[in-house]
Amino acid sequence: MNATHTIIETTDLTKVFGMGDASVVALDHVSLEVQSGELVAIMGPSGSGKSTLMNILGCLSTPTSGKYILDGEDVSNLDKYQLAAIRNLKLGYIFQSYNLLARTTALRNVTLPLVYDRSHKHPREQWDRLAKEMLEKVGLGDRINHQPQELSGGQQQRVAIARALITDPVLIIADEPTGNLDSRSGEEIMKILLNLHLQGATIVIVTHDPVVAQYTERVIRLKDGQIDSVVHNGIYKLKESVNV
Amino acid sequence: MNTKEVFRISWEAILKNKVRSLLTMLGIIIGVAAVIVMIAISAGTEATISDQITSLGTNLIFVSSAFTRMGPGVSNSTELVLNDATAIADQISRVTGVVVEQDASETVKAGSVSLSSISITGASPDFLTVRDLTVSSGRFFTAEDVTNKKKVVVLGSTLATELFGKTEPTGQTLLISNTRATVIGVLAAKGTVGDVDYDTRAYIPITLMLQKFAITPFSQIKGDTIRMVFVQVDPKANMDNVILQIKILLAKRHNVTLASDSFTITTQQDIIKTQESTTSAFRSLLAWVAGVSLIVGGIGIMNIMLVSVTERTREIGLRQSVGATPNDIRWQFLTEALFLSLVGGLIGAVVGMGAAWIFGIASSMRTVIVPSSILLAFGSAAAVGAFFGFYPANQAAQLDPIDALRHE
Repeated sequence: MNATHTIIETTDLTKVFGMGDASVVALDHVSLEVQSGELVAIMGPSGSGKSTLMNILGCLSTPTSGKYILDGEDVSNLDKYQLAAIRNLKLGYIFQSYNLLARTTALRNVTLPLVYDRSHKHPREQWDRLAKEMLEKVGLGDRINHQPQELSGGQQQRVAIARALITDPVLIIADEPTGNLDSRSGEEIMKILLNLHLQGATIVIVTHDPVVAQYTERVIRLKDGQIDSVVHNGIYKLKESVNV
Repeated sequence: MNTKEVFRISWEAILKNKVRSLLTMLGIIIGVAAVIVMIAISAGTEATISDQITSLGTNLIFVSSAFTRMGPGVSNSTELVLNDATAIADQISRVTGVVVEQDASETVKAGSVSLSSISITGASPDFLTVRDLTVSSGRFFTAEDVTNKKKVVVLGSTLATELFGKTEPTGQTLLISNTRATVIGVLAAKGTVGDVDYDTRAYIPITLMLQKFAITPFSQIKGDTIRMVFVQVDPKANMDNVILQIKILLAKRHNVTLASDSFTITTQQDIIKTQESTTSAFRSLLAWVAGVSLIVGGIGIMNIMLVSVTERTREIGLRQSVGATPNDIRWQFLTEALFLSLVGGLIGAVVGMGAAWIFGIASSMRTVIVPSSILLAFGSAAAVGAFFGFYPANQAAQLDPIDALRHE
């Protein structure tokens, strides 16, 4: 990815839950841009609308009004099936609780998104090789046949990262990726994300942990459904912690 | 998502919960096995009955009086008599044999051996051919023996051994009740056909039977009353034509009009048809009962699938987040339900066939495994799986990905 281009572009993104008097405005005219290769943190106290924003950015729901252009494509008004296809093609998720399939090997967990790939980018016989590559990338090349219950929390999260990478998404969304981990494993996960960022991946991390936010280039703070502040970390932590 | 992947995912889900899957399938297994066993039993019964009817001989017409239930003192002009049988044999072409039978139970003595309650069959000479029997030694009685009421007896093979041991029975005499008779032959072993054991009986001329053991109050006036005449017809003959001839003959002999329907004439086909309609009613009743257990099995599948959907809500959310559409999710759970019922159906079919087979060997009941019953049971299992799997699958498909991912 040489030339930077806009991955996320939202204009007056608004999400209202409920109707009439009982309605709650979760997102209130949020406009933001994320360029390719950026590493951005979205922060905010609970109720600030950061989860709602993440769900919309992750194409898990659509805004009540406003526009969301993802990788040049307007995804604000897509139906369930179109959203599912976008999620498969363009997005990779990392969850706080890993969300791996139980009693399923790391390899099978990583190939899961390919099962739903309608474009058949990768023929079936290449899946295992590709998944192995992804697991090696996150340092789990020797754990491909382990099941989640045989892996530590940090290792499970790394499997989840490999799973997010396998479709080569334009955007990786990480929801509190270190939330369930001890600080050491958390740091390892952050290093992997930073490495990916250095290789050109676009990553949005939703977190309330300031330590995690320190690793990013830009921190977008939400408050009451609106952007409260945007902070650019001059020299972000990654340069010091990762051997480039 | 391609079909192969759906199958793989569903299959793996079933294997991950082996015990639960097996318990889920139990209802279907029992249902399918029950269908197959019950149909096998009713088909076996049907086959037994139809064998019995066929064993009476082929191309038989049964002639009986339509008023046989009437007691003494009531007009008896339409009672069948022995001479009617003789007339049918003599006057109607295409008739190859006429058998008149009358049974009695008497004590039989030969030397020092005395056996009580022995079945004695009074018959006409054609009995041998019509019943497909053969004589192993000596001879069967002839028309002459019948006409002359000869005191002769032919023994079934088992009875012969019981009475005379190793001595050749032919030429010996024995006592049937108080009547002394000469043994003129022994039948070859035939075994039990229907509920008649041909080997433990003694056979005497019908005239002798009527004179000595089955006397009716009218025998002096009208001749000897008989219950039924078995008429064997040339297989190439026109049955309807023969039946009509018999009707005309009997109407003439008894001075009644043809329309009065004083005599009941049925063919073997009629009896088989009646039998078939009875057994098929029985069979469909059994099939319905078994069908109910299939439905119960289906409800079991629905129950477990609903539990499974709830339990796997986060998995559903994850699948949705990586690109599964509602249809993908629906198919996954529907396929799982279908697999459960099909595998259950398969196990049930094997269990059912095995049970039917063991049943046939271990009990006196005959079982016939009907291939179509396996298809029927299997097909209904699949239908049940699809029907009861649809609701849970739909529930799963309609989950909102955000809620599903948040599910604890």
